[in-house]
Amino acid sequence: MAFALVLSGDGDLYRIVALSLRVSLTATALACLFGLPLGALLAVARFRGRAVALVLVNALMGLPPVVVGLLVYLHLSRSGPLGFLGLLYTPTAMIIAQCILITPIVAALSRQVLEDLNDEYAEQFRSLSLTRLQSIRALLWDGRFTLLTVALAGFGRAVAEVGAVIIVGGNIDHLTRVMTTAIALETSKGDLALALALGIVLMVIALGVNGLVQSVRMSAVRQAYA
Amino acid sequence: MREAPLPRTDTCRQVLPFPGRAASGPCLSARGVRYAAGGRTLIEGLNLRLPHSGITMVMGPNGAGKSLLLRLLHGLILPAAGGIFWGDAPLDATARKAQAMVFQKPVLLRRSVTANVDFVLRPSDMSRRDALLRRVGLMDRAAQPARLLSGGEQQRLALARALATGPHLLFLDEPTASLDPASALMIEDILREERKRGTKIVCVTHDVGQARRLADDVVFLSQGRLVEHRAADAFFAAPEAPAARAYLEGRLTL
Repeated sequence: MAFALVLSGDGDLYRIVALSLRVSLTATALACLFGLPLGALLAVARFRGRAVALVLVNALMGLPPVVVGLLVYLHLSRSGPLGFLGLLYTPTAMIIAQCILITPIVAALSRQVLEDLNDEYAEQFRSLSLTRLQSIRALLWDGRFTLLTVALAGFGRAVAEVGAVIIVGGNIDHLTRVMTTAIALETSKGDLALALALGIVLMVIALGVNGLVQSVRMSAVRQAYA
Repeated sequence: MREAPLPRTDTCRQVLPFPGRAASGPCLSARGVRYAAGGRTLIEGLNLRLPHSGITMVMGPNGAGKSLLLRLLHGLILPAAGGIFWGDAPLDATARKAQAMVFQKPVLLRRSVTANVDFVLRPSDMSRRDALLRRVGLMDRAAQPARLLSGGEQQRLALARALATGPHLLFLDEPTASLDPASALMIEDILREERKRGTKIVCVTHDVGQARRLADDVVFLSQGRLVEHRAADAFFAAPEAPAARAYLEGRLTL
């Protein structure tokens, strides 16, 4: 039944899938925008308190989604400091929550990748008298194929989490219902066919994105670009 | 330490048979340099003034401090005592921009051959890229990934990238150590051309034959100390330091 539902082109199911992808891909893009430069800065810069910053970023990788959801909820609720924006129970609120959740993941993993790369390049960069900004730009570009895997880890965490988006999105039908919140709801209602169908789509997306990234990376490795 | 007489002032005035660069300018010098790491003193009491032009070959047995000396002169590491001077002023960021270095193991970006050269070229200098690649014999490899080149080609690309910065002073740390004779000779030809253009070259080598072919003057180090610095002809004819003599006769390996 679940497979039949997936293959039937059910409108509701595909609307949910589309919203899930829009929210999680946007959150991943934003997390990369903030997290990659932060990771690169932590990789190349040596400053007082760097060890504390590393511990903090690594610890934030394990942020509980419900805590993030609660914090975003408190800020976006009508009486909160950002309540005037009217973002609560909108896809934008879900994007913000997921972005906060995965930015530390992107920053911490990219820091490790770029620090290894910097160990290889640092002396050459010093020889060329590159500024820190030029070094960071070069590291981000040369690490781009490995960083795809970092982005994938962030996307995987975003698309699979339920705690944060259900709090700030409210799981409203046709507005903020995404795959994970729908699976939770349909399971509690006993509509296992739809829950399973969504689960299948979620797995296929995860496998598809992983396969795509892996093939891009392998192609780069063959060209010695990764 | 035996060092040939050098000008008293730190501005060397020399008659250069090469067109292209000014016949005088600031000299690079090390004054009272000591370098230590891991509780060991690796370079001690080093005083050296490099001639303004030509090729200076740095020689000595393994562990003598040759690569360290290059890194100190290039400002990649800082001495524990003493200093590196460009003319009368301590080596600073501006002076360092007039230098380039080619490492023993070339560090190439994960990009194409052309992109590696473009990386250091100013937008207004992009037209020089093809000429540089032609000079090092890599024009037909221009679009290939740099890290898939052979060892000799990678070293030539690293040299092209260093030359793309238009250095007045070029450091090379055993640039031909792992290359076959043909690749090594190709690098030597490029260095001779650069010398003609007026670029000052400081090169570490273990290859006595290469030093004889290229050197205008030789700096010989042993156990972290400068033991001899003389014109190449005089050095190879009759090295004065016992360590240098033993090295050239193949008796000193450590």
